Amino acid sequence: MIGTKILGFGGYQPDKVVTNDDLAKIVDTSDEWIRSRVGIQSRRVARDDETVEDMAEAAGAKALAASGLEPAEVDLVIVATCSPVVPLPNVAATVAYRLGIPAPGAYDLNAACAGFCYALSAASDAVRAGSARNVLVIGSEKMTSWIDWTDRSTCIIFADGAGAAVVGPSGPGEPAGIGPVVWGSAGDQAHKITITGRTGALTQDGQAVFRWATTAMAPVALEACRRAGVTPADITAFVPHQANLRIIEAIARRLGIPRDRVADDIIHAGNTSSASIPLALSRMAEQGRLQPGTPALLIAFGAGLSYASQVVTVP
Amino acid sequence: MTDQEILSGLAEIIEEIAGTPADEVTPAANFVDDLDIDSLSMVEIAVAAQDKFGVEIPDEQLKDLKTVQDVVNFVSKNS
Repeated sequence: MIGTKILGFGGYQPDKVVTNDDLAKIVDTSDEWIRSRVGIQSRRVARDDETVEDMAEAAGAKALAASGLEPAEVDLVIVATCSPVVPLPNVAATVAYRLGIPAPGAYDLNAACAGFCYALSAASDAVRAGSARNVLVIGSEKMTSWIDWTDRSTCIIFADGAGAAVVGPSGPGEPAGIGPVVWGSAGDQAHKITITGRTGALTQDGQAVFRWATTAMAPVALEACRRAGVTPADITAFVPHQANLRIIEAIARRLGIPRDRVADDIIHAGNTSSASIPLALSRMAEQGRLQPGTPALLIAFGAGLSYASQVVTVP
Repeated sequence: MTDQEILSGLAEIIEEIAGTPADEVTPAANFVDDLDIDSLSMVEIAVAAQDKFGVEIPDEQLKDLKTVQDVVNFVSKNS
């Protein structure tokens, strides 16, 4: 069976910057508290008229350009999102049309903050099984539309943005560039991160989620390394879901991965759910911190509770 | 395990997680006021303590452990 690889990736952040000081004007918090507790210095908020589709399109266009493919060479679009405005039509079909991709398979995937790694795996499987030649995978979220701006425990964390990657076949004789996924769920803890009702706001049991993420995710990441035939020492970039800088650093510590190899885009992006990993990859690329041809470890986790992890080769 | 063994094991954990030098981790030290350790670090410390001592410290109990000695006592009682 053929292998797959990431051909290119890209990210999009809305223009509007919201700093910790801006938030301290509307809720009882402070820049110092937010930086030490969550690690965020600033985040982006989409315009009122800026949609999940708009952001997905912008990131998708960048990933397509980076991949060198023509739109017509993509035959499947998967959008990971948990924050669409309406349940239908889905985001993927609209975005595919806007990007000039002619009538591809298109579906949205909801695994909350774990969405991007789930979608990446689904894309890889589709190519390997022959269901698609090339897949555009997008994580796009307008989390701020699901936030109670008077709740200081959540409004300081969640933000908006999109990231995308193009997945295609590895070349003949080339090692697989997307490792086997390790995924799972903890439905017994579903109540720890919720949005209640049709227009409810997102709430979470932050401490419990922190404990779960910092304990249960390192073994998952280790298993993803093992299945890809690498060890954490081989990993040149560790890109976990950008939930909270303390969680990121705790998992990295457990894996023994040096801090300078760890993605920390949350500092200037906030927690953008399924957009966070491709956005963090884009940031690391801009910072010159990615080494093409070497293994990067991705792990996404969040509401569900759900998680997915795989090793990918940096394009 | 003696209390001294628990204390020095705990000091190692706190040094690794919070960066506090082990010799500042004295029995009477208050996590928040003396060691500048917040509730998220307490969760990490509890998890590391579970790995090291085999004693689970659930969140509900963790919030009542205010000093280093409180944690030593908890581990000692439950190991």
